[in-house]
Amino acid sequence: MTGSPVLELRSVCRRFGAVQALDQVDLTVHAGEVLALVGDNGAGKSTLVKTIAGVHPVDTGTIHWHGRPVRLTRPQDATALGIATVYQDLALCDNLDVVANLHLGRERLRHALLDDVAMEQHARRLLDTLAIRIPDLRAPVGALSGGQRQVVAIARAMLGEPSLVILDEPTAALGVEQTAQVLDLVERLRERGLAVVIVSHNMADVTAVADTVAVLRLGRNNGVFPVEGTTQEQIVAAITGATDNAHTRRRARRAGSGEEEAA
Amino acid sequence: MTSPDTPAPLTGWTGRLDATRRRLAGGELGALPVVVGLVIIAIVFQSVTHHFLQADNLTNITRFIAGPGLIAVGVVHVLILGEIDLSLGSVAGATAAITAVLATRHDLPEWLAILTALATACAMGLLHGLMFARVGVPAFVVTLAGMLAWSGLQQYVLDTGTVNNRHDGIVAGLDSTYLGDGDIAYAWALAVLAPALYLAAQLRTARRRTAAGLTARGTADSALRAAVLAVLCLAAAWVLNQDRGLPLSLVVLLAVVLATDFVLRRTRYGRQVFAVGGGVEAARRAGIDVARVRISVFVLSAFLAGLGGLFYASQQGSADKELGGGNVLMSAIAAAVIGGTSLFGGRGKTWSALLGILVIQSITTGLDMVHAAQAIQYMITGAVLLAAVVLDSVSRRTRSATVRT
Repeated sequence: MTGSPVLELRSVCRRFGAVQALDQVDLTVHAGEVLALVGDNGAGKSTLVKTIAGVHPVDTGTIHWHGRPVRLTRPQDATALGIATVYQDLALCDNLDVVANLHLGRERLRHALLDDVAMEQHARRLLDTLAIRIPDLRAPVGALSGGQRQVVAIARAMLGEPSLVILDEPTAALGVEQTAQVLDLVERLRERGLAVVIVSHNMADVTAVADTVAVLRLGRNNGVFPVEGTTQEQIVAAITGATDNAHTRRRARRAGSGEEEAA
Repeated sequence: MTSPDTPAPLTGWTGRLDATRRRLAGGELGALPVVVGLVIIAIVFQSVTHHFLQADNLTNITRFIAGPGLIAVGVVHVLILGEIDLSLGSVAGATAAITAVLATRHDLPEWLAILTALATACAMGLLHGLMFARVGVPAFVVTLAGMLAWSGLQQYVLDTGTVNNRHDGIVAGLDSTYLGDGDIAYAWALAVLAPALYLAAQLRTARRRTAAGLTARGTADSALRAAVLAVLCLAAAWVLNQDRGLPLSLVVLLAVVLATDFVLRRTRYGRQVFAVGGGVEAARRAGIDVARVRISVFVLSAFLAGLGGLFYASQQGSADKELGGGNVLMSAIAAAVIGGTSLFGGRGKTWSALLGILVIQSITTGLDMVHAAQAIQYMITGAVLLAAVVLDSVSRRTRSATVRT
């Protein structure tokens, strides 16, 4: 099902002042694999994503890209390698239409002027290959639904022909139908042989679309599970750190520590 | 979303009317309210004064709009960025003052005085832009400081008061020159050429789009638009030729509006200006140099304000302390907004400056003709401005309400 490793992190550490945000984290993503990165708030998901995106360089540890050691110190490094990141706030210009947003920063010119025809053609082709349906490419992006905006943002990331796409909470704040739309697109990215990393809070989305789930807890690896053969409870247990079961927890509570109360 | 995947081709009248109705219902009002407003103003003042629509009066209106219109074009750019520039009136005044003083008291050649003054205006804009984009002071505050400081500079330069324009000089000629000394050929040529070029450009775009397999505007539709434009242009030419011909000031304003509209819509730079106005963070992540775009817009708006100041000086025959003061800045901002440029950033056309200033000048001229007091003029202009902003806010709300799924 999956190909060779596209990205391999080994023993990655990152510290912000007194906070050890990432502590000896390993992560491997293969071509044609959808990897869900899950964890509680403050588990280090965002930091990990940002190290891959080149925003936060790692302190120690190694990053291999297609088996080759690389250094990611700036966002441009990641982009140049073929890592595309779609952040939660999407970074679209609401007043510009879909075509303009897709080409923002890499407009096509003809006689030194914007070539609207070529850009619209290209946008149409790109959206068609991803089976994305937007009724009106000339409508301002602000007029689109949340799902359509997310899909446009992902399509925009695809323009650079990346081999790894990172999606930060792609379905947060989306309705049922729109979430389905986005998850469909994620599956099509996998079919095209891309490696996809999804950061998500939503267990249903994770089990629906991911092949592998990597759990972070307090900046450390807390298990990597194939989605097939793993129950949601097991994943949730890894997220919360309750690697024990209900009985051990009851016992712990009777012991009066009260620490795990919230879990 | 109820609309089908590909918008139905606009065939025949029903299709076109349908599309127009849908656009209006969706809050895309475009220039319609302003045009309706202009027609109402014309009808009202014509019926009251009986000579509002006479050629000499309309010609005067086209001359008076040059100064505020040029400033308003700069305002449109700043508003598209989602910012405001309060200094433009003072920049206009200071530019006029510097030109006058250099040309008359220091005996510089007038063209050199003008270039120096306009360069100074650009430097003022550059300073505003640097303070805003690099230092991070809010544009409102930077340009408020500019408004005070440049007005002070204007008074300092003028020293003892009023400096008259050089007789038969360049500045004096800005307002009083008619192309070809009133030769009617100029206005007619422009009125024929403009719609013809428009039609040619439309048809060429349509052909390219069809060849590329994209939906294109139908030939009949393009022809209709060109015809409407032709009627407007020919009527304007006819009126102007009844009087003294084509005023230079109108040509300059039209040229600036056309050029800036072209730059904003068709160049990469224009796209960047809209992108910064629509989402700073998105623009930055797309690799756009946000600071550079911002600075350039403030330089442009100051330059246009300086140019507008020269037209003001030309009209009043002198540069004085009052030039650019009073409601000059507010008229320019009001014109941009009345014409349909959004105060919320990211949306606007330089044409709106022209339409808006036409509305304001028509009201002012009309009220002058019925000898209404200044107080009444302010109140009416204020009401029109409020109406325009209300329209902007409401259409903005309708737009987001109807189009979102």
